[in-house]
Amino acid sequence: MTGYRLAQGGLVDRDQTVNFRFDGKHYAGLAGDTLASALLANGVKLFGRSFKYHRPRGVFTCGSEEPNALVELRVGAHREPNTRATMAEIFDGLEAASQNRGFSLKYDPLSVNNLLAPFLSAGFYYKTFMWPAGFWEKLYEPIIRRAAGLGRNAGVPDPDVYEKTTEFCDVLVVGGGADGVAAARQAAAQGSRVILCDENAPLAALELPENISLFTRTTVFGVYDGGTYGALERLTDHLPSSNAPRQRLIHIIAQRSVLATGATERPIAFGHNDLPGVMLSSAVDDYITRYGVTPGRNVLLYINNDDAAGLIPTLSDAGVNIAGVVDARPQGSDAVHAAARAASAPVYAGAAIIRAFGALGVKGAKIHLAKGGELTIPCDIIATSGGFNPNLALTSHFDGNPVWDASIAAFVPGKVPPGMSVVGKAAGQGINVNIVPCFHSGYFPGKSFLDQQNDVTVKDVKLAEREGFASVEHVKRYTTLGMATDQGKTANVNAIGVLAETLGRGIGETGTTRYRPPYVPVAIGAFAGAHTGKHFRPARLTPTHGWAEKQGAVFVETGPWLRAQYYPKPGEDWLAAAQREVNAVRNGVGICDVTTLGKIDIQGPDAAKFVECVYTNSWTNLAVGRVRYGLMLREDGMAMDDGTTARLGETHFVMTTTTANAGRVMQQLEFCAQVLWPELDVSLISVTDQWGQIAVAGPRSTAVLAKIVDAPFDLSDEAFPYMACGELSVCGGVPARLFRISFSGERAYELAVPARYAHALAEKLMEAGAEYDIAPYGTEALGIMRIEKGHAAGPELNGQTTAHDLGLHKLLSKKKDFIGRAMAARPALMDPRRPTLVGLRPVNPADIIRAGSHLLPIEAEAIAANDQGHVTSAARSPSLGSIALALLENGPARHGETIRVYDPLRGGDCQAIVTAPVHYDPEGSRLHA
Amino acid sequence: MRITCPHCGTRGVEEFTYTQDAERTRPRDGGAVPTKEWTDYVYLRDNLKGPRREYWYHGAGCHAWLVVERDVSTHEILSVTLP
Amino acid sequence: MRYSAFSVFTQALRGHTGWKPAWRKAEPAPSYDVVIIGGGGGGLATAYYLAKNHPEVGRIAVLEKSWLGGGNIGRNTTIIRSNYMLPGNEPFYEFSMKLWEGLEQDLNYNAMVSQRGIYNIYHSDVQRDAYAKRGNAMILHGAGAQLLDRAQLRKEIPYLNYDNARFPVQGALVQRRGGTARHDAVAWGYARGADQRGVDIIENCEVTAILQENGKVTGVETTRGTIRAGKVAMAVAGASSLLAAKAGLRLPIESHVLQAFVTEGLKPLIDTVITFGAGHFYISQSDKGGLVFGGDIDGYNSYAQRGNLPVVEDVCEGGMALMPMIGRARLLRSWGGVMDMSMDGSPIIDKTPVENLLINAGWCYGGFKATPASGYCFAHLIARGEPHPVAAAYRLERFAEGKVIDEKGVGAQPNLH
Repeated sequence: MTGYRLAQGGLVDRDQTVNFRFDGKHYAGLAGDTLASALLANGVKLFGRSFKYHRPRGVFTCGSEEPNALVELRVGAHREPNTRATMAEIFDGLEAASQNRGFSLKYDPLSVNNLLAPFLSAGFYYKTFMWPAGFWEKLYEPIIRRAAGLGRNAGVPDPDVYEKTTEFCDVLVVGGGADGVAAARQAAAQGSRVILCDENAPLAALELPENISLFTRTTVFGVYDGGTYGALERLTDHLPSSNAPRQRLIHIIAQRSVLATGATERPIAFGHNDLPGVMLSSAVDDYITRYGVTPGRNVLLYINNDDAAGLIPTLSDAGVNIAGVVDARPQGSDAVHAAARAASAPVYAGAAIIRAFGALGVKGAKIHLAKGGELTIPCDIIATSGGFNPNLALTSHFDGNPVWDASIAAFVPGKVPPGMSVVGKAAGQGINVNIVPCFHSGYFPGKSFLDQQNDVTVKDVKLAEREGFASVEHVKRYTTLGMATDQGKTANVNAIGVLAETLGRGIGETGTTRYRPPYVPVAIGAFAGAHTGKHFRPARLTPTHGWAEKQGAVFVETGPWLRAQYYPKPGEDWLAAAQREVNAVRNGVGICDVTTLGKIDIQGPDAAKFVECVYTNSWTNLAVGRVRYGLMLREDGMAMDDGTTARLGETHFVMTTTTANAGRVMQQLEFCAQVLWPELDVSLISVTDQWGQIAVAGPRSTAVLAKIVDAPFDLSDEAFPYMACGELSVCGGVPARLFRISFSGERAYELAVPARYAHALAEKLMEAGAEYDIAPYGTEALGIMRIEKGHAAGPELNGQTTAHDLGLHKLLSKKKDFIGRAMAARPALMDPRRPTLVGLRPVNPADIIRAGSHLLPIEAEAIAANDQGHVTSAARSPSLGSIALALLENGPARHGETIRVYDPLRGGDCQAIVTAPVHYDPEGSRLHA
Repeated sequence: MRITCPHCGTRGVEEFTYTQDAERTRPRDGGAVPTKEWTDYVYLRDNLKGPRREYWYHGAGCHAWLVVERDVSTHEILSVTLP
Repeated sequence: MRYSAFSVFTQALRGHTGWKPAWRKAEPAPSYDVVIIGGGGGGLATAYYLAKNHPEVGRIAVLEKSWLGGGNIGRNTTIIRSNYMLPGNEPFYEFSMKLWEGLEQDLNYNAMVSQRGIYNIYHSDVQRDAYAKRGNAMILHGAGAQLLDRAQLRKEIPYLNYDNARFPVQGALVQRRGGTARHDAVAWGYARGADQRGVDIIENCEVTAILQENGKVTGVETTRGTIRAGKVAMAVAGASSLLAAKAGLRLPIESHVLQAFVTEGLKPLIDTVITFGAGHFYISQSDKGGLVFGGDIDGYNSYAQRGNLPVVEDVCEGGMALMPMIGRARLLRSWGGVMDMSMDGSPIIDKTPVENLLINAGWCYGGFKATPASGYCFAHLIARGEPHPVAAAYRLERFAEGKVIDEKGVGAQPNLH
């Protein structure tokens, strides 16, 4: 097998030389070449080593169905393993390398596997490597893993950029061959907006009407629901590496689709049919007509149909010798005889190829003649055609199974996805003329491959059947047939043929395995698009984010939000900063952006009734201008969320939710309003992003606010007591809402202004509080203070706790319906032995309690049977030292008990006193200080 | 899948959230006691093949709850209405 | 025939002509003492342990409507682990892990159980503490666990996105005993083992009706005729509600589709199992070289065994966020399995209100790792009439009583589990 560039022909640009390297060696090709055509033109025949036996392999096809010629393309971080040489367009400076080989392609030590092949039969690994048990991970598996796999991943971040777009059309045409172009033109002529996709590079300019959008180098890889198609456009894979997007994932939304994907040839199997030089006959034809390259000088054809006869004049026109035509059909056919006669080529009708000869490439073939006897024919290419298989994978991405059409010996589309039609060869039209089915020659000396990439032979399929793996799915899974990167595009139908023959069943009855997306492998990077690194998910910023940055805040990811975690001063670590911030609040005043809490505006004549439906406690009796704490359950009776809700008017409430549950609470409220209680006249809207909200907390908070509140608003305790709310203006006319509520346990307020004023408000507050040493505080200080106060938060509201567990059972109204009421009354949820919220303080003040520790009786063995609960939240209080909240079995009855806090993961094991959850100011007097 | 929201038009499935089937009705007894009717409502589903009525929430759109009639065997959407 | 290196060697010398089918193609008998519906992982494991541990139950058949092992046992991401938190779950999954550890020698079948470790990555202090809670529970149950900080993790898994992440990688909870197994081989190994112990495995035999007399099950009607049975045991995850309906039962289950993915074969790259804590993504590499990965369920009810693009994209985004080196690895195949998503995310192994009809269902997307214990405990229940101690919490009545086993804490909305 020595290919060369023909003196003329092909669609390549003969004036433009392209220089590239393969396995370090320099080659020249022409613009328009693929790596495969350029290497064939240079006489290269060896492209890679096979997966299991490391047998030498060459180019088998001229398209995306290629099983053998896989290479590593490019170098460094851009290295792309398992790339089909038949699809890779060359460019100046391209570096490619063969893969899955030893020192070199020619000398591969693992080709010893070929000699061991009798022991490496299909599924041999299920029967051995079991003794001794510990050796699997240590010895057998590492050897197997090193031997397996194909190319090497670069192992460093993918440096390329990927894009995603969505395109809409009336008609999507898949396949830019003659049938596809005709279908596109026809649809366009009727006024439809058409998208035409073709997976190859444009070979010639195509004049199309403007309502046809042509996407070349674009493979439609999947059919999804609702007329959605997934396509991948290769933008710069044919160019040197750059910053331009590499590939684009296109969601195509189409009313209808036309599949014009053509057909892929299948081979006829025979002995040593994997030698470089054994190719599909259509591939030989394509290399000559598209690239002006002949893969060899002396071609033997092995066919069973008339479609392949077209190769005969192509070869003779190109001046390539035809060693002969082995026609599996008993009499051959008139078309083949005529073509062969014109080319002066001998025809061996009714003959079969027994085996190919050669070491690293075909040198000849031994054939069995119809009249008996054998003949050896020298050749360097065996062009084989067992007929064509319609490319129908996209038709069966839903529930449609292909149907066997015996008249053309091919699977044709069965039920297709809604809106899809199939035309041309993909529908089985005009293929396999005068075919006599033949999947293998009947001779298997040595190895006769069905799946070349996964090294699955005819014998393997027969062995699988012998061992009871007789369904086509079992054969696939047991032998791995069709599971390689080419998805068995040239293997599956032959394997089904062999299986059907072995079982004595029809091919249609044997059936196919299910085709699943993607039709061709698609880079993970393309599916991810721009959602990588910091852009994985958008970051929500609070309206004071820029201000906090200027204060030197360290930020923390809180769900989708970035929040100020603490504001370190020089020399402070997180703990020192957080403790200083706590002290600032407890002794003076501090401010904290609490915009992230969900805010839901509820209005309407039935607003109060509505709030009663979603909260467990009573709301109709809440006075206007007052705030109340509320608890919300799921319908299964478990605590879902809590927060404060303010009544701004008779028919107007503003509810706050926790940051984490804002979305889910909104969803639940909408469900209640629209589905469960549609008779209630109420409207809801999320105003989380509209209002910037800042907590002003500490004994000096009133004094600070007094400086910015516009007259005549009265901040006195009589006019605006704890749990009051009101609408007002601040800073000379900025509309605002003020709530006298406290998460810290100190005298405190939350002040909301339209979000665009929040940044300025933070500055004003700092200015106003300067004389009281006002300090901004972050989520760490917030967390310490809420644990000091024993408030439940995310770790306690974990979806597994009840109102009882959280000590909030008094909030369950007995007088009205609310979400979760019935299920909360189930016996197991009322059980006093349930883990219930308590506080913990270490017996030895030097010990530090960590969240996630488990609780055991002291002196009890550390086993699951003695597990009585766990630490939910822990903090280092500046005034109290290590404190924690925990859920402890029968907790309220155990205040004062000593318990073991066990944290083997982090080497923690100490004793703690069980206390009430409220560690700091249990009387609540600080609220009024 | 693409769902035609009566307010917003046809949008991709990623804008919507399915939560539960729309074939059950919340008991109207005020919910004081966890009766079998309540347990069935909260926990049991028919979950059969073929066309089913489901609640979907257009969370990335107009926040409407929709009753979507959909064949769970084929993913075909038969109708979309407001509850 | 016993499998061994020696048997492979001697067969090789004879051209592999002497191998016998891994299991007989049994014809249905008119009656059995126990009929197990479902020839997947659960059903086959149940048959195996029933025949092995409880031979007194008598004749056993497994009925499979299609080809054996074609449901979720053959379409999952092959992960085994026992890193659960709640007391109702952890003993069961740890029991399963112990069975995995001796499975291949027990079955004489190499299911490629590979204890390559599983790493749950955490990204915040709160998540670290939640994982610590879980890890400590695992240690208390004897399952073992380790908590790695960022520096320790970086030493063990250097290729994660440590420096440019939206959600910083802070560390991981590790179970060294976790890992993977070859999913198909598990089904085939149990089938072979059950067959050798006399179980009739009957493929292409769909149950069309469950026969009852006076509230008692008496057998099943199938596409291959009537089969009488003393007890009928359902293990048909993915179709549990459909089959239960034939006995007049409604279940706390919805069917959801979970997609999974594999890339082209690559030389060894990822030597463990890794889960992302800030999105839906988990990954391992098969012995054959493909990166096997998955994420969240699609989120809507489905019996179609296929999903849609948004979830594929979401999963790949998670993968790129966690390990950006996989961008150029190409997704080769995707598949979808129909999950029994239960109302608390935990399974059901119990009797039913219909006498002599038993159910094994509700495995959500975690059935594979449970396969050995699921079969073992279901066999125990079938034979003894009472639950195995490690599976005692998996009762149907737990929903009415409020004894749900809700690891995620999301309540009665199955697509959130």
